[in-house]
Amino acid sequence: MELHQLTIHELQKLIRSKEVNSSDIVKSVFKRIDAVEGSVHAYITLMKEHAFEEAAKADRCIREGNIRALTGIPVALKDIVCTKGFLTTCGSRILHNFIPPYDATVVEKLKEAGAVFTGKTNMDEFAMGSSTETSYFGITKNPWALDRIPGGSSGGSAAAVAADLCIASIGSDTGGSIRQPAALCGVVGMKPTYGRVSRYGLIAFASSLDQIGPFTKDVEDCAIMMNVIAGHDPRESTSVPLDVPDYTAFLSRGIDGFKVGIPKEYFIEGIDPEITEAMRGAMKAIEGLGATCVEISLPHTEYCLAVYYIIAPAEASSNLARYDGVKYGFRADDCKDLLDMYKKTRSAGFGAEVKRRIMIGTYALSSGYYDAYYKKASQVRALIKRDFEEAWKHCDVILTPTTPTPAFKIGEKIDDPLQMYLSDIFTISTNLAGIPGISVPCGFTRQGLPIGAQFLAGHFEEGKLIQIAAAFEKQANLKQRRPNL
Amino acid sequence: MKITKEEVEYVAHLARLDFREEEKVKFTSQLNDILMYMDKLNEADTAGIEPMSHAIALQNAFREDTVKDSLSHELSLSNAPEARGPFFRVPKVIE
Repeated sequence: MELHQLTIHELQKLIRSKEVNSSDIVKSVFKRIDAVEGSVHAYITLMKEHAFEEAAKADRCIREGNIRALTGIPVALKDIVCTKGFLTTCGSRILHNFIPPYDATVVEKLKEAGAVFTGKTNMDEFAMGSSTETSYFGITKNPWALDRIPGGSSGGSAAAVAADLCIASIGSDTGGSIRQPAALCGVVGMKPTYGRVSRYGLIAFASSLDQIGPFTKDVEDCAIMMNVIAGHDPRESTSVPLDVPDYTAFLSRGIDGFKVGIPKEYFIEGIDPEITEAMRGAMKAIEGLGATCVEISLPHTEYCLAVYYIIAPAEASSNLARYDGVKYGFRADDCKDLLDMYKKTRSAGFGAEVKRRIMIGTYALSSGYYDAYYKKASQVRALIKRDFEEAWKHCDVILTPTTPTPAFKIGEKIDDPLQMYLSDIFTISTNLAGIPGISVPCGFTRQGLPIGAQFLAGHFEEGKLIQIAAAFEKQANLKQRRPNL
Repeated sequence: MKITKEEVEYVAHLARLDFREEEKVKFTSQLNDILMYMDKLNEADTAGIEPMSHAIALQNAFREDTVKDSLSHELSLSNAPEARGPFFRVPKVIE
């Protein structure tokens, strides 16, 4: 095994026993980047020089015995979190030259924990997409099959972990943008409870749904990353002032006696038969570990997509009003007055999918349509949340497929927005209800494409998710299989 | 039809976007498909249901009004497409 193939906890052991240092690890990761980044294109910006400087600092800490949770570990950041002094584009032309004057809280926390940043990863423009094809900076390819999409919107962060172009990474999830690409790239991805991780410095898409979370090579690393990034932030008024447990304490608890809800509405027509088969395998595996699977009902599941594609664009149309060519980013040339500048800047600065969502959102919020769309969607959202509250009376966690199909071909859905939206059908309800979810590898199709299982739990019950995902991961034993790049 | 080309033009103006003619036609058709799909929501009985705006019960986050470090003028203007002195510069607003 080479160093870039290892997990955080494996590298930490080698660091503590002084067998390797951070510079060795960073060198190994950048050697891997030199070899395969050209074919995967997971990154928008590489921070190579900075990474080697930080690795040298980490090595001094290691020599002095000052080893923190992520000392010397190479971590990649989705290009949606602000990094002071480093380009942050959000995958958009309109921010193609934006250099934030401050760090996001999650970036500060990772720095404090000793992480070494490798670069900023590719994403769908403003996190609007399920395939990373809408980025202004080109498409990212799935490391398991280079003619297929890595999922989205955090496709670069998922592909970077899958292809060993970093050890772990940060993504953001508004309707599945961590869990869906994690599933399609065969890695672990968690969306924490709304309010668990500070959104300060996260470029806003839909503020009532956005949440930051980690991509890792295994569940133990997910717990380590969550320990670092979770917690209250006085600068972010929706972050919740609750104590954060030590998530690693949940790793070896087992799931004897767990009740696992299987929502009947999630096994719908159109779901790939190989995914259904993999889910049956997953159910059998967790029953073998002492858990019981029970059928539950989430009766408003069929409305999730429609609710989401009103609420998210409505919030986005408001959040994206700030991109007007005045204070930062792209400004169009030859504008005759202010209004002309706004229109020319926004029309040339945003891509088609972002414009489509701004249009839907503006329409849904416009006078005469507000009640029919936004208010109605917010009411159905309350019913969706209530479905989950009812479900927790019957089970501890819920198990579903993460996606209805494995990774699709590049270009397959890009001209059919509704088909693209349907790839998030199993992940959206989590964001609407604000609950946490994790996607963990659960098998491969006959063609060798990864399949993900999704576990969901009640608000602030990330520990339970780590507990069942860790037990399942050990049983599934898929970690040895790697993409052949 | 849920939305006409004229409405697309009006909404585009509200959103400060301009579209070429062929884009307007394509957007009108795609937005129609999407809005038709949204009609599904009318099947859900929401009588007496309070609209939900946040997933977690939020409380006002009060704090003392204290002076803290803030960004300098220079840093605040560092990303401006055009700046003069301590100001952002824009094309003329009034005739």
